[in-house]
Amino acid sequence: MNLQIAFLLGQEGVTSGAIYALLALCMVLVFTVTRVLLVPQGEFVTFGAMTMAALQANQPAVLAWLLLGLALLRALVRAWGALRRRPDAEPLGGADAAYVVHALLMLAIPRLLPGEGWPAALQLLYTLALIAPMGPLLYDLCFKPIAEAHSLVLLISAIALHVALVGLSLWMFGAEGARTQPLLDEVWELGGVRVNGQALCVVAATGVLIVLLYAYFERSLSGKALRATAIHRFGAQLMGISPTGAGRTTFAIAALIGALSGALIAPVTTLYYDSGFIISLKGFVGAVVGGLVSYPAGALGALAVGLIESYSTFWASAYKEVIVFTLILPILLWRSLAAGHHEEDRA
Amino acid sequence: MSSVLPLSTDGKKMNSHLQWRRWLPGLLWLALLLALQALPTFYVTLLNQIGLGALATLGLVLLTGVVGLTSFGQAAFIGVGAYTCAWLSMGVGLPAWLLPLAGSPWLALPVALLAAAVVALVLGALTLRLSGHYLPLGTICWGLALYYLFGTSEALGAHTGLSGLPVLAIGGWALDQPDEMGLVIWAVLGGAVLMARQLLASRNGRALRALNGGQMMAASMGVPVFALKMKVFVLSALLAALSGWLYACNQRFVSPAPFSIGAGIDIMFMALVGGLQHVWGAVAGAAAIVIGRNALQDLLPHLFGEGGFIEAIVFGLLVLGLMQRAPQGLWGWVVRRWQAAPVVPARPAGGDAVLATRTLPAAGTRVLEARRVTRRFGGLVANQDIDLALHAGEILAVIGPNGAGKSTLFNQLSCVDVPSEGEVRLNGQSMRGWTPQQCAVNGLSRTFQHVKLIGEMTVLENVVLGAHLRGRAGFAASALHLERSEEARLFAAAWRQLERVGLASLADVPAGQLALGQQRLVEVARALCADPAVLLLDEPAAGLRHQEKQALAALLRQLSSEGMAVLLVEHDMDLVMDIADKVSVIVFGRKIAEGTPADVQRNPDVLDAYLGADA
Repeated sequence: MNLQIAFLLGQEGVTSGAIYALLALCMVLVFTVTRVLLVPQGEFVTFGAMTMAALQANQPAVLAWLLLGLALLRALVRAWGALRRRPDAEPLGGADAAYVVHALLMLAIPRLLPGEGWPAALQLLYTLALIAPMGPLLYDLCFKPIAEAHSLVLLISAIALHVALVGLSLWMFGAEGARTQPLLDEVWELGGVRVNGQALCVVAATGVLIVLLYAYFERSLSGKALRATAIHRFGAQLMGISPTGAGRTTFAIAALIGALSGALIAPVTTLYYDSGFIISLKGFVGAVVGGLVSYPAGALGALAVGLIESYSTFWASAYKEVIVFTLILPILLWRSLAAGHHEEDRA
Repeated sequence: MSSVLPLSTDGKKMNSHLQWRRWLPGLLWLALLLALQALPTFYVTLLNQIGLGALATLGLVLLTGVVGLTSFGQAAFIGVGAYTCAWLSMGVGLPAWLLPLAGSPWLALPVALLAAAVVALVLGALTLRLSGHYLPLGTICWGLALYYLFGTSEALGAHTGLSGLPVLAIGGWALDQPDEMGLVIWAVLGGAVLMARQLLASRNGRALRALNGGQMMAASMGVPVFALKMKVFVLSALLAALSGWLYACNQRFVSPAPFSIGAGIDIMFMALVGGLQHVWGAVAGAAAIVIGRNALQDLLPHLFGEGGFIEAIVFGLLVLGLMQRAPQGLWGWVVRRWQAAPVVPARPAGGDAVLATRTLPAAGTRVLEARRVTRRFGGLVANQDIDLALHAGEILAVIGPNGAGKSTLFNQLSCVDVPSEGEVRLNGQSMRGWTPQQCAVNGLSRTFQHVKLIGEMTVLENVVLGAHLRGRAGFAASALHLERSEEARLFAAAWRQLERVGLASLADVPAGQLALGQQRLVEVARALCADPAVLLLDEPAAGLRHQEKQALAALLRQLSSEGMAVLLVEHDMDLVMDIADKVSVIVFGRKIAEGTPADVQRNPDVLDAYLGADA
């Protein structure tokens, strides 16, 4: 391996590592606020990539039908709950109508204005607007009714949702892979090495998002409410913070960031209907470094996963996935030992 | 309270009813084995799939349903079993030291089981000490890694897999037909189901059930929590590996696809649909998923055209719905409709079934001692420099206003919490670094302020949990029911303690149905069942009626006269002043007074603390 290859691999590793870091942040966020281990995070990634690809190929985004279906289903479930006078029933309101109208708009826009001619930024905006509302919709349909259940029930529901969404993915997008045009198509020569525009794009987006998330959690009331819920759900509830609202917000953030990650990574690697799962699991391996609670440690862990993955393609490309997923064992060993120290600390 | 037993009166009727229930599954089993010989190959193949799935699912029922640990690695363990069988029995490209094991599936069986056990031990050692989410995710990642390894390793045939395995033969009988393999598969499954049921109806089984949600309680009753979790994880891996070995012998071909993470999720779905809490749920769930999938595969292409996606959508949505509406699964529904009243072992008539008891220290021996115990939580000092001594044959009451630090002290005395400074000594030994389990081993037993009973288990089963350390039988003996005489002795001890607290008439009632006061008495009986030298009671009288309190007072007096050391934290002053030999008063984390009940009642500091300065 010469220096130039090392740099290229490093660049590739940092690019995918940055994506894993974003996903790791979402997992930590959703897990701490709702106790749900968001296995379906990966599907948002797939959705993001596939929607970008569909727009660029000038096809209607089939995903909008899913959004419409979810919005109608949610309204139906809520109407049914109100009809049966369930104790937790909320009256149907503007939000239900807004979700449906939004879905209809999403369905109509690419039909009226073919997406091919849109600037990349507009394509990205449409993709995010299409996918982000799926987070709260899925939260309401799948997790709100069992928000107080045993964490095992939550985990299994998350896995079941993942399985159903992968099935839907295959139905909507077929088995072919998709690869999109880079958002930034330039390549710079920097002291003899090539710097890829898309890689820069990914790293910059990750940086900006981390800063935004930091500001959101430190400066805004809604962000502080989420932190409070994460620290003590019941205590936060007593202070008037709705756990349901917190759940919806975190799921919206997760869907948004998942879709963005998909849009960012689709020009770098070919994605299939089920690729999102593997990508988000790598983010998870990173999140475990931070014990599923620490954001910076999780992000750094994810970055390391990206680098290790990238360099292992050079040394043993066939065993790339084996290496990345076996990596969880030493990390778990380290966590296990660290947990042991905590007990001694208390002594 | 009298202790009339309903069991002894209508025992005969109950018995004939039981006989019928006991033989039914066995008869159905025999019918199935016979049917395997007569059915067309298509159905035999389907039944074999169900049997193989059920065997792996059974492991998951024990692991997830009973103990509450989740694993998505069952398919990977099946893969370990199947690939070990294929690789060894084909004998191509083996290293020299493995050559003696090559050529026969039988030789591969112990290796397959050993490999699965070693992997499970490593994964368990890494994850079982961590909080609940690491095991499922560790198994997902490990399962993925193994799947990719199967798919890339040339020695294992990469994506094409290994084919042409030798036929499994018993003596000269070659099992090369599906119906013949079906006999083996369903015979093994029958044995496994029987053993799992027997294991659950034993001392080890009750300890496993107690782990689900009540680990602190289980540890305080002397259950070695980590070791038990490890054992059940290894056991579930062994069942999966056995299923994989049978799979390889049946197919005589292995490829990576059936061992993907999706297959691991499938097995979890089988367990959920069937009913995680029930051994029979494994069989019901495997049957429902295999038959359901088959029906979907027949039906759906007509409706939707080609594509395997509908199956995933249907199963995914089905499980989502189940989690919200019926988390008990199919078998849970069966049990609710046709459940027989719980039956507990009858009270022994004679005195022949007696467990060895501990020799209590001589009255007046110092057994439990706190030396300058200080406990800080950040800036808050909950206990400061507390000295306390408890002697054999003595009743010591710790009293104090709410928030005085009594519970903190109680936790440190029972090894649930560790002092920031100072130490607690039991029988002259420092308890620093002890687990609650070691506490129990050394003769200290306790009750909990917030009652910790297993609501679905009967009162008697809850009480007998306390005797965990007085039994010796391991998993194997329990599964084969070779420990029945020991089991009878344990239940005899539980009956005795239940009579002592006056609740023998409620022995077969699920503990969750009792009133709070009665539940507290069950906790006392459970603690006594451990045959302790030191008994710690956390507010035992709260919620008790007047007569129950008097009975409790009489019981505690009797225990102390027998030489037991009793420490109670209690708010009921009448009870405390009535029975305590010595009272310690804690206010704002400090001990302000100690002495006989009469001394303490006159102590000006105590009056000040309880009633205000001017009283």
